Parts: sequence; C-alpha cells; structure tokens
Amino acid sequence: MPNKDTIVDVPTVNKIARLCRLDIPEVNKKSLTNDLNNILGFVAQLDEVDTSNVEPLASVTGHKLPLRSDDVNDGNIEDLVLKNAPESSSGFFVVPKVIE
Amino acid sequence: MNDTSTLKPGHIQGETGVWEMVIGLEIHAQISSKSKLFSGASASFGSEANRNVSLVDAAMPGMLPVINEFCVEQAVKTGLALNAKINNVSVFDRKNYFYADLPQGYQISQFTKPIVGEGEIIVDLDNGEQKKIGIERLHLEQDAGKSLHDQHPTKSYIDLNRTGVALMEIVSKPDIRSPQEAGAYVKKIRSILRYIGACDGNMEEGSLRADCNVSVRKSGEEFGTRCEIKNLNSIRFIIQAIQSEAERQVDILEEGGTIDQETRLFDTSTGETRSMRSKEDAHDYRYFPDPDLLPLEFTESWVKDIKEKLPELPDSLKKRLIRDFGITAYDSSILVEEKDYVDFYQQAANGRDGKLTANWMITELFGALKKDNLSFSESPITSENLGKLISLISNGTISGKIAKEVFSEMMKSKKSPSEIVKEKGLEQVSDDSEILKLIDQVISDNQDKVNEYLSGKDKLFGFFVGQVMKLSQGKANPGVVNKLLKEKLK
Repeated sequence: MPNKDTIVDVPTVNKIARLCRLDIPEVNKKSLTNDLNNILGFVAQLDEVDTSNVEPLASVTGHKLPLRSDDVNDGNIEDLVLKNAPESSSGFFVVPKVIE
Repeated sequence: MNDTSTLKPGHIQGETGVWEMVIGLEIHAQISSKSKLFSGASASFGSEANRNVSLVDAAMPGMLPVINEFCVEQAVKTGLALNAKINNVSVFDRKNYFYADLPQGYQISQFTKPIVGEGEIIVDLDNGEQKKIGIERLHLEQDAGKSLHDQHPTKSYIDLNRTGVALMEIVSKPDIRSPQEAGAYVKKIRSILRYIGACDGNMEEGSLRADCNVSVRKSGEEFGTRCEIKNLNSIRFIIQAIQSEAERQVDILEEGGTIDQETRLFDTSTGETRSMRSKEDAHDYRYFPDPDLLPLEFTESWVKDIKEKLPELPDSLKKRLIRDFGITAYDSSILVEEKDYVDFYQQAANGRDGKLTANWMITELFGALKKDNLSFSESPITSENLGKLISLISNGTISGKIAKEVFSEMMKSKKSPSEIVKEKGLEQVSDDSEILKLIDQVISDNQDKVNEYLSGKDKLFGFFVGQVMKLSQGKANPGVVNKLLKEKLK
C-alpha cells in the first residue's frame, strides 16, 4: 500500500511505462513524477483511518456476483470481431511476428 | 561421474556430491464446459479461426464478463476431490501483461483469494509405494488465445477461439522429489479430473498442461533458486524436461555459478530447456481485483450438495476392488487409473473369478491392444465377451492354453468366445473314455519309454502327459490326463 512516504522517482516511472507499453517523452518524466507523488500522497491520507477491524468492501449495492448457465449463445461473429483489425487473413488476426 | 546405477530417481551425482531435486507443479486443466468462463461463446476445440469469439472475448470496450455457474461447480467439485479447503468467498483479479493473443491486456485470474485452498492427494509410484503430495491451491482463470508463428516469415497469426476458455490452475506444494513422482502426480490428477468429469484430461489437445518449477539442493539444505518450465503437454515431456533442467542447474552450481530465476521452454527436439523471457519484469503482473466482477460467493449447503453427488474416486475404488474381487494392490492400481478400465473390469469380473479376470485384462488385453496400436475404447473385445471367456476357463470348457487361441481370434473377429470354441471345436475333453483312448495310443507308440518309466525313470511322466496333450491338440483336460496316466502306468 502506498503511504505518504512513497516516492516515485524517474526509474519507477520508466518501469511502469515499460510495463504499460507507454512511450513517455523524456521531457515529461519529471512532471509526471511530481504528479504521481501528489496523487499517491493525497490517497495516502486514507491510511490515517484505522481499518484493522473492517472487512474489505467489494460493493456498496449489496449485489452478489450474478451467475449464468453453461449455454453456447454467442460467437459466430468472426467478421465483426475482425472488423477493426489493422490486418487479417483467412480469419486470423495478423500481427508483427512475436516469438520467444 | 561416479557409478550412477545406485542413485535414487531424482538424485544427481555431481563432482561435489549428490544433489536432490525439488519440484512443484502448476497444472492447467481446461474445464469441460460447453461455453467459456465469462462469455457464451463455444469452448469447443478445432473450430474455424475466431469462430468461437464473442465481443467479450475480443475485449471490445464496454463488454462485461458474466461467470459460468457450471465452471464454478467444477472447481468446487475438483477441490473436494483433492481433499481441499473450499473458500465460500473468492475474488477475481486482473493479471496484467501484454501479448498478442491476450486482447484484454490482462488475464482474469484469482490471486489473493482463490476458490480452493490447501489439500492433498496420494500418488502411486512405480515401485508400489505411495506418497502424499500437498496441494497449495486451485483457482479459476481464463485461457489465452493461440499464436501461429509458422504461417508467414514476418507475421504471427492470432486465433482467439481459446481466449477466455475456463481453466483451473492446480498448484502443488514443492513436495515432489523426482521426475517420476511428477509423472505419477500428473497421472493421478488427470485420473481424478476424469472420474469427476471436470476436465477430459486430453493432453494432446492441450486440455491438460503443466508448468514445472524445478530447483536442486544438497540433501537437507535450503531450497535452491528455481526455474519454471512452461507449458508441457505430455507426461513423457514433463519427465524429460525436469531431468534435463535439474542436470543443467547442477552443472552451473558445480562450476561455481548461480541459477537465475527465470521462465524456460522445453525444446522437444533437443530434449533440453532454454531461456524464454528475460527475467526482468517477467513476474511483475501488477495484480488487482477486477472491478468488473464482484466476489464469488456460495453457500455451505451448495457445496454439500456437490459433495454428495461426487462419484467414487480412485483411492476408495482401489480399496474396494481389492476387497470385493480379491485382486492385488498392484493390479487394482492399474485398473483404477482410468474410469473406463474400472467400468470394463467390473462388468467382466461380475460374478466371476476376479483375479483371473484382472490377469486376462491387464496382461492379455492391454498387451494385445498395445501390439495392435489400439486405444482402450477401440478394443475389439467387449467386457461381456472377456467375461464369457473367463467363464469358459473357470468351468473347464477350455484350458488356459486354448483360451489364448480363442482370445487372439476374438481380437481379430470380434466374435463371442463360445461361438469361436464351437466353430473350431476347441472344447476341452474331460471325458475319461476319450482320454483313455489317447493314453492307450501314446503307450503303444512309445513302448520303449514305458519300459524305462516302469524301471524307475520317473521323470518320463511329463513326457507322456505332453504326448497325450499333443495328440488331443491341447484340448484334453490336463488334470484328468494326469490322473488317468498315473493309474495306467502303475
């Protein structure tokens, strides 16, 4: 959990950017670091509240996770699925070679 | 290298001493549902590319996942069969990574609160011993799509049919100590999954795959750094990959090196593992609870209903076969390996000699199927016909030797054994007068030998039995032949 002492530095920004596949211009990194520290610092105020006896809250509505029965009622829409693909061929998405 | 013949499986003799393997397995089992975990697209194998894809699977904006109740039930069922703790509240998390066959940019999985917690199973080892292997957890997750890299020199082709298909990831504790134990563990898990019908266990089609975590240490020392071998889809490959990976680690450590914790691939053509991803960031998945999904909750009574409907599982069935049919523990463990075997055996052995039936099924039938390259479901001999053959042996209609002849005819023609016996006139001859005729002929043909026998050469008795049997073309009842010959040659 981030707290008031969390310090995001430029290497951390670089790491997060790489994980998110974001290309952040060098000139923006310093200001982005400040922004992130401000946001985390603001959120860290929540740490002041004692929640040691409170169950994590998943929903304020009290709804339960809805379940569906195991029926096949979707699919067969390959044209729609492929419609926005920059490239496709014989029903496949086509992307630059990715191989380990 | 020193003498390796006395080494135990899972031990490696190095220059500096004996190394021990420490192995943990993550098994990915595809749930046998008709539709996917969070969408109504078909989960079937082998369809046209991208046919079984909904807009949810394609991760179009604004789509909401809705969970498949059947899949939840299978996970609970499997948890119960693994003697594991069922968590009535569990949470779905997003596991974030980028890959071309993962359109969401994350896999919906369960991280901190899985649906099933700790359990244990007992595996049967080749030497007849049993070993307890702990289960760490079981969680539900989505499968990824499929990338084809061999269709084009510079492009990869992506098929999302498998995207979002429901998987159970079953994580073992690091209790496994040899490649053979790992194989036995996978076999047992697969057998349990098939018994309860949660997964078809088909490794060729990828319904069951394993990631193996392997490290080595000197006996009694702390665990070493582990490597993970990804996506092994046969028990043979699991055994090979673990052995070769452990040997690689021992070589590095003995030369004074250190093991990098990394993900590796098994190359089936070389039988060796190779590095897959740079370790940097490899496990930085930035899990967080999926905001599209509320916690999964169910009641104790729902779990109880599932428990009551569980079929008899291999361990209990094994004990029952030993008790009810008087067969050995070894035979029983072979028979319970597959549900099909047990069903076949129980039908064939019902009301008959259980031991004899087990022998004929395991030695003769399994052997013949293997020789003819047939799977068990393709057996030309039905359980009913094998049972009838056992009856013909037990009631003395045919001898064990003739039974083998009838058996190979059954493999060829699929006819019932009694039909074959009748057609070929193979009934065993137990009638005294007929056998006496044969004995008389053998005696008159071998008067010299009879004299030798009568003058004390007792060993010749076997010769006379053999001659009578030969003359009867194997049909004479050997017991009756023995008895009558003894009287005749007094």
